[in-house]
Amino acid sequence: MKKQNQKAWFFVLPVLLLVAFNALIPMMTVVNYSVQETFGNNLFFWEGLGWFEKLLRSERFHAALGRQFMFTGMILAIEVPLGVIIALSMPRSGFWVPVCLVLMALPMLIPWNVVGAMWNIFTLPDIGLLGYLMNHVLGIDYNMTQDPFAAWATIIVMDVWHWTSLVVLLSYAGLVSIPEAYYQAARIDGASNWSVFRHIQLPKMKQVLTIAILLRFMDSFNIYTEPFVLTGGGPGNATTLLSIDLVKIALGQFDLGPAAAMSLIYFVITLFVSWLFYTLMTKDDE
Amino acid sequence: MALELKNITKRVGAVTHIKETSLRLEPGHFNVLLGETGAGKTSLIKLMAGLDSVSDGQIFMDGLDVTRLSPQKRNIALVHQFFVNYPHWTVYDNIASPLRVAGMAKSEIQGRVEQAADILQLRPMLNRRPHELSGGQQQRTALARAIAKDSKAIFLDEPLANLDYKLREELRDQLPELFAGRGSVVVYATSEPEEALLLGGWTALMHDGRVTQFGPTARIFRNPVDLLSARVFSNPPINAAEIEKRGNVAYLDDQINWQLTGPAAELADGRYTVAVRPDYVTPTRPDENVVALSGQVQVTEISGSSSSAQFILNGNNWVSLAHGVHPYTIGEDHVFYLDPSKCFYFAPDGQRVA
Repeated sequence: MKKQNQKAWFFVLPVLLLVAFNALIPMMTVVNYSVQETFGNNLFFWEGLGWFEKLLRSERFHAALGRQFMFTGMILAIEVPLGVIIALSMPRSGFWVPVCLVLMALPMLIPWNVVGAMWNIFTLPDIGLLGYLMNHVLGIDYNMTQDPFAAWATIIVMDVWHWTSLVVLLSYAGLVSIPEAYYQAARIDGASNWSVFRHIQLPKMKQVLTIAILLRFMDSFNIYTEPFVLTGGGPGNATTLLSIDLVKIALGQFDLGPAAAMSLIYFVITLFVSWLFYTLMTKDDE
Repeated sequence: MALELKNITKRVGAVTHIKETSLRLEPGHFNVLLGETGAGKTSLIKLMAGLDSVSDGQIFMDGLDVTRLSPQKRNIALVHQFFVNYPHWTVYDNIASPLRVAGMAKSEIQGRVEQAADILQLRPMLNRRPHELSGGQQQRTALARAIAKDSKAIFLDEPLANLDYKLREELRDQLPELFAGRGSVVVYATSEPEEALLLGGWTALMHDGRVTQFGPTARIFRNPVDLLSARVFSNPPINAAEIEKRGNVAYLDDQINWQLTGPAAELADGRYTVAVRPDYVTPTRPDENVVALSGQVQVTEISGSSSSAQFILNGNNWVSLAHGVHPYTIGEDHVFYLDPSKCFYFAPDGQRVA
């Protein structure tokens, strides 16, 4: 038998340790919690798959999951086309390019909790700029702490404001990488603007768009800070998204078992949908 | 169909890309635009294709003023240095795309696409996508699209520059044949003098946004009208040095001189520039009528069939190019023989005088 050099393990060790500390150990702790009932003083009782069963049958979980999918679906449906349209209308060269890029990047540079707080104040009916404008100038009854529709509209507009830039910047990067020669060929063929978009720009942007959609899916599906600061999940449970509900269970009620089970299900859904998106979007690239 | 440029100028801001250029390109001719990078070949092609608008002057096709017409209305085809094909369409769809936009009947499209594919040996690839093809096949697809379209003018902007040399040679041999007898004006831009000679046809020499000379390729190679044209159409660079003519003798310096014959002997006494192609400065003595030059060899290059050497004489760089392998020692003095019968003489303003 050929003698193998075992030294190689030594070189892999640092990475292994790093992954263990930031992924494997926390993850296994969650798995550990999810199959036990926890009391104070480190008392644990075996629960098996009980928490999972209860959770998957719980109406509260179904409702939060439904709200989460609705939120993410709306976010993607608005931000992706809007981002592409803005990227298409941005200048490709000249003085305005850096101006546009900086303006676009600004919202993304603001910390998430600040975004929530900003919009909270912005929408206050009496002193907030938007709230005052809506209620006292335009005469529209707008109070997101009382009206679920207003609350939803506000968190969606806030997310669109905060994150459309990401889609814009990625699409723009894809667009500027298309050689001028393609546009010339299209002009010689006499192709319409729509054909240029459909047959040159879109195929050339596909890879960066895949990344943009994946990132926006994962981020919006796991969103917590901004809606928590803005609405706290209210009014009632109207904007209680999955992560907000999860924190309520884990830290509000200190039910570590159900919270751990919920985290795992949450994680698996995110992973599965991401995989689905990626597979569908890269299907015919071979 | 003739393509005629009348005094066209293109300015972008303060920079002039094309300066008052006039040119008449005949149908059925293979026209080469030869010039260094930045000489204005691509700018000129873009103006002729209608991708850019001229600042001054007019462009005629078949006697019709097309100066303000869009590229589509001019009915032209353009093949780029990059391989430009629609990425998610098959080779068939790519070749068919301009015909479809033009609203041609399905059966006719099929006939034309298959004919073009046969000429360029793309039949087995018709159902593949561009990314499944090699560089040569991708460029052949672009060429097939230009052929299928049957345009009035076809512009090829360094179409072989991104191919490896085997493919270049193969396609270069085929190109003039491909377009022969189609009755369209073909314009081929290249930065390599050799390529222009190999392609034959007619050549327009370009330098700094101007056409310096235009004519049948071999003729303008033999008869440059000015020093600039001689320089553009020479690789390795043509040797040029100042001489003084006194009586019937040209003096390169105190020691080196030669007898002038023919029209050169008729010139008034004075200072001229002599230019001679590197092929006529050789390390072996060809016959009696030669002038010996001696200089320190700086750089040598030996390819399979020829050797070139760069040497310095009176502070001037000279290049010698000779058949076979010649052993040079860098840093040592070697003797080279100049053939005075192959020299061109230019007046101080650059115009050819003999």
